[in-house]
Amino acid sequence: MFSLTPEEWIAVELSLRIAFVATLVALPFGLAIAWLLARKEFWGKALLDGIVHLPLVLPPVVTGYLLLITFGRRGLVGGFLADIGIVFSFRWTGAALACGVMGFPLLVRAIRLSFEAIDKKLEDAASTLGASTFWTFATVTLPLALPGIIAGMVLCFAKALGEFGATITFVSNIPGETQTISAAIYTFTQIPGGDAAAFRLVVIAVVIALIALIASEWFARRAGLRYHGD
Amino acid sequence: MLSVDVEKRLGEIQIAAKFATTGGATALFGPSGAGKTSIINMIAGLLKPDRGRIALDDTVLFDSDARINLPAHRRRIGYVFQEGRLFPHMSVQQNLDYGRWASGLPRDEAERERVIALVNIGGLLKRRPGKLSGGERQRVALGRALLMKPRLLLLDEPLASLDRARKLEILPYLARLRDEARVPMIYVSHQIVEIQRLCSQVVRVEDGRTEPVNLEVLLRPTEEIELPH
Repeated sequence: MFSLTPEEWIAVELSLRIAFVATLVALPFGLAIAWLLARKEFWGKALLDGIVHLPLVLPPVVTGYLLLITFGRRGLVGGFLADIGIVFSFRWTGAALACGVMGFPLLVRAIRLSFEAIDKKLEDAASTLGASTFWTFATVTLPLALPGIIAGMVLCFAKALGEFGATITFVSNIPGETQTISAAIYTFTQIPGGDAAAFRLVVIAVVIALIALIASEWFARRAGLRYHGD
Repeated sequence: MLSVDVEKRLGEIQIAAKFATTGGATALFGPSGAGKTSIINMIAGLLKPDRGRIALDDTVLFDSDARINLPAHRRRIGYVFQEGRLFPHMSVQQNLDYGRWASGLPRDEAERERVIALVNIGGLLKRRPGKLSGGERQRVALGRALLMKPRLLLLDEPLASLDRARKLEILPYLARLRDEARVPMIYVSHQIVEIQRLCSQVVRVEDGRTEPVNLEVLLRPTEEIELPH
């Protein structure tokens, strides 16, 4: 019979929680930066674009290490945040931060492309009808970009679910706190007799990935029908 | 009354527009690429002039010396675009109500009924823009611009994307609009027939420069005025 041990369940639950939180927290930042990149010209735009995409091309271990020296307890930002009660190092929140950073380029890319695909003339029309920049964004840009936004969120979620290198470098591999499915599978493959447990988690990972893909397709098609259909 | 005196460099073309309207319908007439659309975009607030001044009645919309540049959404100037630009994710009804809602105007059922009857779109309210014909789309765009209670209505070749039969279908609505809605209009076109039918004042635009002309001069067939199309 296919059943998971409590530790395995914890890893699954933790992975889902980390991926959800990472995606949801990254979303507002992703929307803002994607909008800036798609609609505005400003000094340092190429640099911002580069920084956002950095986690995509850097070795994940490097990203994790950079997070460690920035957001660790003795890090520049981490030290300050620890003083006001926000701790990332060796906590699941740190894992969510690492996953969010790793998924961010995929999120921004998908949303930016969908913003760029929207005819700017529709936004101009909204502004002549009395809508401020923010209302134009909320009532025209955002709803029309919805399929792309959903696609970006799924990509970010999937990346967060599978993230390994940056997470393990930044917050280590602590069962019940930072040990995600990927880290647990890695751990099980390192110990004798861990194959069965690793396999069970592999099956779970495949199932979660499939559900996420099918759900995103469904949402995107629905949004597409609603907004572009007749 | 609208007064415009602005300059704007756009790539190769230098726009220097200077004219004033006296109300009613004013035509901006000239060949494609002369800068007509850029001029009304500056009036609408979609394009920022390099220098100059635009004023509507006693409101200064733009003044480079006084550093005034009222954003488009606070100008209350209706704009009917060449391609309608209806919001594809909203029904005709929602498109019509968008201006009132975005401008924060109170509900005015009587006005709404009147405008819907004026452009004759009562039967289309529940439809999506994607299911409308070109002529229907332009009528909805007209209604939408009117319902925000504009102080001035800009029409950028609203008939250009339509075939001849559709043009003849819309023209009477535009004439009714001018006579019944009593909103001052700027009508951009390179079609003499439309201008003759609608406008009482003509400003010719050529290579970015404006020049007031007499309607009769336009109608006299001479070589100096080339009629495109």
